[in-house]
Amino acid sequence: MPALPLDEAGKYVAGAYVTFLALILVYVAIMASKLSRIERELEELNDLADQRGPVDGA
Amino acid sequence: MYGKGLRPLSLATCLTLTAAFALVFFYAPLDADQGFIQKIFYVHVPMAIVALLGFVAGAVMAIGHLRTGDRRWDMRSYVAIHVSLILGVGVLVTGAIWAKASWGHWWVWDEPTLVSFLIVFLLYATYQPLRFSIEDPERQARYASVFAITAGAFVPLNFLAVRLAESLAHPRVLSATGGALPGDMRLTFLVSLAGMGLLFVTLWKYEMASKHASAQLRALRRKLGGEERAATGRSAAPQAPLPIRQAS
Amino acid sequence: MSTIAALVRKDLRLELRTRESVPAMALFSVTTFVVFHFGLDRSSVAGDLASGVLWVTLLFAAMLGINRLFVAEREQGGFDGFLLAPVDRTALLISKALALFAFLVAVELVAVPAFVVLLLGPSPSGALPELLGILLLADAGIAIIGTLASALAVQTAARDLIAPLLALPLLIPVVIAAARATTPLLLESGAESVALRWPVTLGLYDMVFALLAYAVFDFLLED
Repeated sequence: MPALPLDEAGKYVAGAYVTFLALILVYVAIMASKLSRIERELEELNDLADQRGPVDGA
Repeated sequence: MYGKGLRPLSLATCLTLTAAFALVFFYAPLDADQGFIQKIFYVHVPMAIVALLGFVAGAVMAIGHLRTGDRRWDMRSYVAIHVSLILGVGVLVTGAIWAKASWGHWWVWDEPTLVSFLIVFLLYATYQPLRFSIEDPERQARYASVFAITAGAFVPLNFLAVRLAESLAHPRVLSATGGALPGDMRLTFLVSLAGMGLLFVTLWKYEMASKHASAQLRALRRKLGGEERAATGRSAAPQAPLPIRQAS
Repeated sequence: MSTIAALVRKDLRLELRTRESVPAMALFSVTTFVVFHFGLDRSSVAGDLASGVLWVTLLFAAMLGINRLFVAEREQGGFDGFLLAPVDRTALLISKALALFAFLVAVELVAVPAFVVLLLGPSPSGALPELLGILLLADAGIAIIGTLASALAVQTAARDLIAPLLALPLLIPVVIAAARATTPLLLESGAESVALRWPVTLGLYDMVFALLAYAVFDFLLED
């Protein structure tokens, strides 16, 4: 097949690179939700530790 | 400690990938036959190479797990395969886009590397279902390692077999990796490959750090006597084994 | 050696008595040929189409077999009994693979003639020795990979689904080589010779996977 003209080809190339970016961003989003869950749990554990007694001087 | 060095690593990844894409669009010459479409090659092929190496790395880590019995190796293997699968999706999608632009169809059987990759992807797609359906964590880790080793050995064999099959009927249409690449294209390709490799390591470290942190949390919760919080998501998902206190 | 022989004899005897797997696999093959007739809307096939129909059918029939391969051990505690015995654990792998191989041969004794009668256009009489050789080589590959996949899947909850999903991609090179090798034998214009690369590929692939399975199988039986 002859090479596509630049304006048509551009859309495909852009699609490919956008796919790549989207993949990374989706991964970042998933990691972000994991991070917020860890943050929440840490806060809970902190409260739990406070309940059990005052923190000794570290 | 997986988070250590993550910042410089992700910075390096960012810089390398940005440099790579800049090279792709401002430096690499236009391909004589395929025109602008050929630019997809700089994102599609490095992703594929890194994903396949990631699968093989997962196999090597699995061997480490079976030899030492240390479940951390299994965790590393799991994450490596997981990241490779994500990249694999990217490979198949960008490959389909390339096929559509080059031949007018979203899929072609003519390109043996793409076909081989599909087969490998289908195989590794069973990795997580296999893992998550085995409840006992120690057994799950062992079986997953056996799978990772088998599948890792299969990757090169599969590529050979498909190449053997297709070479008779259809001549290789796309010269994908660097045999006859002119210098400026080769540089661009190599920088992109380096960027993808760095991306893989960054994502791997990122996920390992996250799993490690979750494991620390569980241990902490246990020590504080809080009730066991069931992990959200799949109940049998591999969790990092309780960390051994190391003198760091 | 004698352990393996004893295990194989047990499995074969069990199959003869219960007739669970082989008749179903054979019947499945014949029925699939009928389905192909209607699906392809053809009364006879030749060449690469014939080769493809035959191998795909045999492959899927094999999937039925591998689902049942370790079921008896799993459900009746055969694993524990085996582990207590002072024998080399890979004997279980070898014996199961040999048993599966025997089942596949038995199925083909029914399926291949059925194929010739129902769907095959040209007569294969000139090419029987080569066909036999390819069948045996491919059966060896299916047996080894099928046993490995079955063992991997036996502990999972959805083992009937997982085992074929594991086995099929691993078996694609076997299908490639077997189908390419069989095509010249089933040509309308008369059987031609088989390119040497395909039996060689089959043999090498079988060997590699046999070694791999031998190396990893122990880890599947621990505890």
